[in-house]
Amino acid sequence: MVEKEKLEAYWNENKRLTWIVMIIWFIVTYVAAFFAPELNKISFLGFPLGYYMGAQGSLIVFVILIFFYAARMNNLDRKYGVEEEEE
Amino acid sequence: MAKERSTFIDNLGKIYGMYTGVFILFVIVLGIAEYMGLKPKFIGWTFLAVTIAVYAAIGIMSRTAKVSEYYVAGRRVPAFFNGMATGSDWMSAASFISMAGALYGNGYDGLAYIMGWTGGYVLLAVFLAPYLRKFGQYTIPDFLGARYGGNFARSVGIFAAILASFTYLIAQVTGVGIITSRFLGIPFNVGVFVGLGGILVCSMLGGMRAVTWTQVAQYIILILAYLTPVTVMSYKTTGIPVSEIAYGQILQKIDAKEKDLMLDKKELEVRELWKKRAEELDAKIKALPASLDEEKKNLEAKLAALPADAPAKEREAIEKALKELPKTPDEAKEKWTKARDTAKGQAKNINPYIQPFARMDKANMLALTFCLMVGTAGLPHILMRYYTVPSVKDARSSVGWSLFFIFLLYFTAPAYAAFARNEILTNVVGQSFPSLPGWVSAWGKVGLFSVKDMNGDGILQFAEITLNTDVIVLATPEIAGLPYVIAGLVAAGGLAAALSTADGLLLTISNSLSHDLYYKIINPKASILRRLTISRTLLVVTALIAAYVATFRLTIIVELVAWAFSLAAAGFFPALVMGIWSKKTTKTAAILGMILGLGVTLFYMIGNRFYGLNWFGIKHISSAIFGLPVGFITMWLVSKFTPAPSKELQDFVESVRYPKGAVRVAEE
Repeated sequence: MVEKEKLEAYWNENKRLTWIVMIIWFIVTYVAAFFAPELNKISFLGFPLGYYMGAQGSLIVFVILIFFYAARMNNLDRKYGVEEEEE
Repeated sequence: MAKERSTFIDNLGKIYGMYTGVFILFVIVLGIAEYMGLKPKFIGWTFLAVTIAVYAAIGIMSRTAKVSEYYVAGRRVPAFFNGMATGSDWMSAASFISMAGALYGNGYDGLAYIMGWTGGYVLLAVFLAPYLRKFGQYTIPDFLGARYGGNFARSVGIFAAILASFTYLIAQVTGVGIITSRFLGIPFNVGVFVGLGGILVCSMLGGMRAVTWTQVAQYIILILAYLTPVTVMSYKTTGIPVSEIAYGQILQKIDAKEKDLMLDKKELEVRELWKKRAEELDAKIKALPASLDEEKKNLEAKLAALPADAPAKEREAIEKALKELPKTPDEAKEKWTKARDTAKGQAKNINPYIQPFARMDKANMLALTFCLMVGTAGLPHILMRYYTVPSVKDARSSVGWSLFFIFLLYFTAPAYAAFARNEILTNVVGQSFPSLPGWVSAWGKVGLFSVKDMNGDGILQFAEITLNTDVIVLATPEIAGLPYVIAGLVAAGGLAAALSTADGLLLTISNSLSHDLYYKIINPKASILRRLTISRTLLVVTALIAAYVATFRLTIIVELVAWAFSLAAAGFFPALVMGIWSKKTTKTAAILGMILGLGVTLFYMIGNRFYGLNWFGIKHISSAIFGLPVGFITMWLVSKFTPAPSKELQDFVESVRYPKGAVRVAEE
């Protein structure tokens, strides 16, 4: 069952990628918010960093993260031959 | 027909580009007309009438009698445009009008909303959207029904979808009523039904297809309306026409001013006065009903004691106070409690704007952020949008586009709040009453901004201002000195935000009832014509009920909307995620998990809000923080003790995981 192993490998790589995305997501929101009072002492582009992360930084990371994930998954589809048929 | 359709899709960029150009031209023409003496009221009417007419026209042009068009817009919506549609589907009247105000009032802690309502899209992107697209049916209960077999899981899904969507819908309809009544000067109840007409023409004839193309048009208007005033404001205050960059330096100015105000003697004096006022009101509330009679007697005595030659103004003031006196002790209690809470709030110290956890403690702020995120990923009217793109690949990137378009507004909202706060601290506070800027009295008249000289020194102190959060976005055009046409544009933007969200919600509710309940459970043999007729009828009925409920102006609605996120988080998220990510999750486990998760969430919400229940000091708005783990753990545990799902179901889960073989265009 080569096919089955291949699919499993695809799914495992997907899971690894998902973990990476979730860890970054967690750091930019929760870790950054948790330490916001400390981060506020640092100035970034004229903003206190803690505030900046909540108001802009985390949002920018979210947008990039989703496009990054989409691109990686599309590559993964091709690598394992599970991509959709073209019309 | 098919060919005609595809040329439309191919030319979307051109069509909406032209639409944007014509709209901007329309605003400019109105601006010139205003300069030549067109009355503001007429501008307001033109704006709202023209935009509603455009939405209705799109709705009529997109009418359809095909099931796949009606439910999922034929699965032909390109990722980019689905992103725009999702953006306006997502951003409600509250996002557009109230969020900046919430940030003004809550400083750093208000950012929970900014992060919560955007970070959820990451969860949506990795856990749900592509897999739901691969599944490729029509509704979210469809997935629950297929994955967990049978009607029970589907029914729980229908219940949760309606529970989360209906309260949210009422809030949108209320938003429509507020905007139309404020800008057209018509009564609220009439405004609600005028807006309702706009919603119905869009969604009734063309279902998802019409809603999608209208939402794209609405997104363009709402984002233009949101960005224009604050950009001008930024340019005027800092010389930088990009508000999102410029407000960094404003934050520092705010911080410095607030530090001065904290030590200001006059401010302390006013806060003391508020404190006394709160205590007086408290005493009066406790002494009810006797205190109400006493108040009446006092006023009457004062009126009688007035010398005959007293100025008419004085007499009128007392008569007015008598007239406004609460009629019953219950009414008095409500009115005075509200006044006492305002007074208490005003008596509080100024909390530094950028200081984290000054208004919400750390645990609550993090919990709220989390619940809003998971709720975002569990709201059916958003999830449904990813059925409409042509492929799994498109679903993935479409979530990115959705968030990008939402991001444009959300990262501007804190700039609005900062500029408004700076304006108030610089040009309003510390001024003598006669020299206050014009917008203060203009918005004071509609009751959104009020100033009161508590200590009688003729100078306005910060603690003497009370404002409604909506005023931040609504008054910015005037603060920035822009012509009235921009205020009209903002009204049109707010209306677009409310209408687009209402459309999406209305469709979710009527589809849950017509497709899931009627077609899948009650009468699977129903003909296409019958299904669509029922769907359309339910749409109208749901809309009418929502409008009827909205006319009562229940104050609880705002809270219910916040609750919708916790309910969606606990009701849908675990069952959907486990359904895709764990083959072993069984039907019994999923059903129990959904019921227990929803149950615990509802239990804590109601317990905390009304009966003083308190777990770890978490507020009711973040109730899903308890319900969500309960849902997940229940599903995991029960799956261990129930027979594994059939081979067929496990194969089904497999099939959802791999993009290969996805349905392209839904035929029917």
